[in-house]
Amino acid sequence: MPQQPFTLLSAVGVPLGQANVDTDQVIPARFLKYPRDEKYRTYLFHDLRLRPDGTENPDFVLCNEPYKSKGQILVADRNFGCGSSRESAVYALQDWGFRAVIAPSFGDIFFNNSFKNGFLPIRLPTQVCNTLRQDLHDNPGAEITIDVEAQTVTGPDGVAHSFELDDFRKYCLVRGLDDIDFTLESMPKIDAFERDNRPAWLGHNA
Amino acid sequence: MPQTMFEKIWDAHVIEARPDGQTLLYVDRHLLHEGSFHGFEYLDERNMPVRRPGQTFAVADHYVPTASRDLADAQDEVSRSLVTRLADNTARHGVTHFGIDSPSQGIVHVIGPEQGLTLPGLLIVCGDSHTATHGALGAYAFGIGASEVTHVLATQTLWQIKPKSMRIAVDGARPAGVTGKDVILAIIAEISAAGATGHAVEFAGSLIRDLSMEERMTVCNMTIEAGGRAGMIAPDEKTYAYIKGRRYAPEGEDWDQALAAWKMLPSDDGAVFDTEVKLDAAAIQPMLTWGTSPEQGAPLTATVPDPAHAPNAEKAEEWRDALAYIGLQPGQRFQDVGVDKVFIGSCTNSRIEDLRAAAAVVKGRQVRVKQALVSPGSLLVKQQAEDEGLDRIFREAGFEWRDSGCSMCAGMNGDLAERGERVASTSNRNFRGRQGQGVRTHLVSPAAAAAAAVSGRFADPRDFA
Repeated sequence: MPQQPFTLLSAVGVPLGQANVDTDQVIPARFLKYPRDEKYRTYLFHDLRLRPDGTENPDFVLCNEPYKSKGQILVADRNFGCGSSRESAVYALQDWGFRAVIAPSFGDIFFNNSFKNGFLPIRLPTQVCNTLRQDLHDNPGAEITIDVEAQTVTGPDGVAHSFELDDFRKYCLVRGLDDIDFTLESMPKIDAFERDNRPAWLGHNA
Repeated sequence: MPQTMFEKIWDAHVIEARPDGQTLLYVDRHLLHEGSFHGFEYLDERNMPVRRPGQTFAVADHYVPTASRDLADAQDEVSRSLVTRLADNTARHGVTHFGIDSPSQGIVHVIGPEQGLTLPGLLIVCGDSHTATHGALGAYAFGIGASEVTHVLATQTLWQIKPKSMRIAVDGARPAGVTGKDVILAIIAEISAAGATGHAVEFAGSLIRDLSMEERMTVCNMTIEAGGRAGMIAPDEKTYAYIKGRRYAPEGEDWDQALAAWKMLPSDDGAVFDTEVKLDAAAIQPMLTWGTSPEQGAPLTATVPDPAHAPNAEKAEEWRDALAYIGLQPGQRFQDVGVDKVFIGSCTNSRIEDLRAAAAVVKGRQVRVKQALVSPGSLLVKQQAEDEGLDRIFREAGFEWRDSGCSMCAGMNGDLAERGERVASTSNRNFRGRQGQGVRTHLVSPAAAAAAAVSGRFADPRDFA
């Protein structure tokens, strides 16, 4: 789906120092049946943010200012977004106001889903992520800058770190493009593949 | 140049490869469930058809009630509407639908193989992370998100970057009482919940070859719990025997051609994997998970690990957090820990062999937990189990014999436990809140779940042999 283009972002970073934050934590399954409306943001980290009685859990980073209202870049720990394929995890992060998440590693499906929504997952080395989180803890409200064209993340300490991003994803991110439109241009190749490369034993159109 | 099975299947599906690594792959079969509504909305907004409805198959599993086949028993109006929307969307687009009224309904990853839709060498996708299950038959199958589902509906293709390859070899004779579930839990405990991230995994070795088809599906199913993109096992005589005669399987001359093609699929001698892992079969025992990540697993005969003995400070913190949530003390014997509820079901462990293994433990005994459920993986599995009299064994022991669906694995249909309750579950994820807010999930094999049900606490299934 067409997205808001992503080129340059300077915004408040939010440190989330837990490993293996699965997509059930990002958005519990009981919310997946609902449409993506104005309430969607309230599903984000629902059971981590809120206690059983519905009050905010002050021990969770997103319940505290300035993270709560200004945070747009999440800095997480290893294997962020593991587990279920629910793209709702990306929707909830976006609807809260996040535009990117930085972590040492990600669940593969979450990583792919992110790009499809113009949301940027960035892999940086463990030590860099640890330093970024420490800086954000020590200086709440400190900003991180993401430059998509240059493929760099600059932390509060002013140090720039390069990240990997393939040309195709960069092209789509910078322009806010829908990859279905892109693929439709390859339709003659798809037609040819279907004609020439499919095993006969599968039968026609099967 | 010798190739891995994964590389052979990948290469056979490449339509176009870009210099940056993005590769357009052809999708042979696309499986849908209720969550596909995002994709159909997109097509409808743009007035686009499903490009290959004949290669698209849908199943209602996530939101269907298991108390009956009556949609009136769905937990709420929204869940009901998702089940009916799938029926409407598939009817409008000419897609085959195994709906709540179909005698072949079931969990998508159970009915794919059961219907013969899952075949060696095929590229199969589904908007569900447990799609790796289908790799047990030598397919390359992986879970995708809602946008990718839309892309496949519209184009029958997907852009992917080629994952790395990994071979996990488990060699040696199968120890008594060890099942496929124990094998995969032991593998995840060994390599971690991110040990296979970015990889397509081939499971190999003599113990893997010794597994039944159902057990192979259990192993591949949980590859994602080790972070793996896909899990696969080379097809062999067991695979061919399993497939032959199934509804969508090739027949006659097509069967002969297919068989010849399938026999070319196994990794060549000398094929190089990016990563190799070896496990000793003899060291594997009946397992359970004790924490909130599938990597936190241990033998049922062991004791709760002590964070003071964790390999590093970071792990120690994770273990402490997990134990606080799960309500266990370091040093406690697992077999002294009481269980409140038992769930036998899910795309991981709900097939006929799973139900037979559980019934063998339950037979002649009584349930000693608050609630014990069996939700067969499909209505065909349910029927076969009833033909074999397994339902009577479960019912007489005090189990609830339910209809088929994802049920208490993800709880999306409302089959949930209560805060603080401890569940012995044959499903795939022990994440916090997965089976209900504050619920403590322990992953086990069907035999171990049955042993817990009739003991009121965790028990070693080998004691019931």
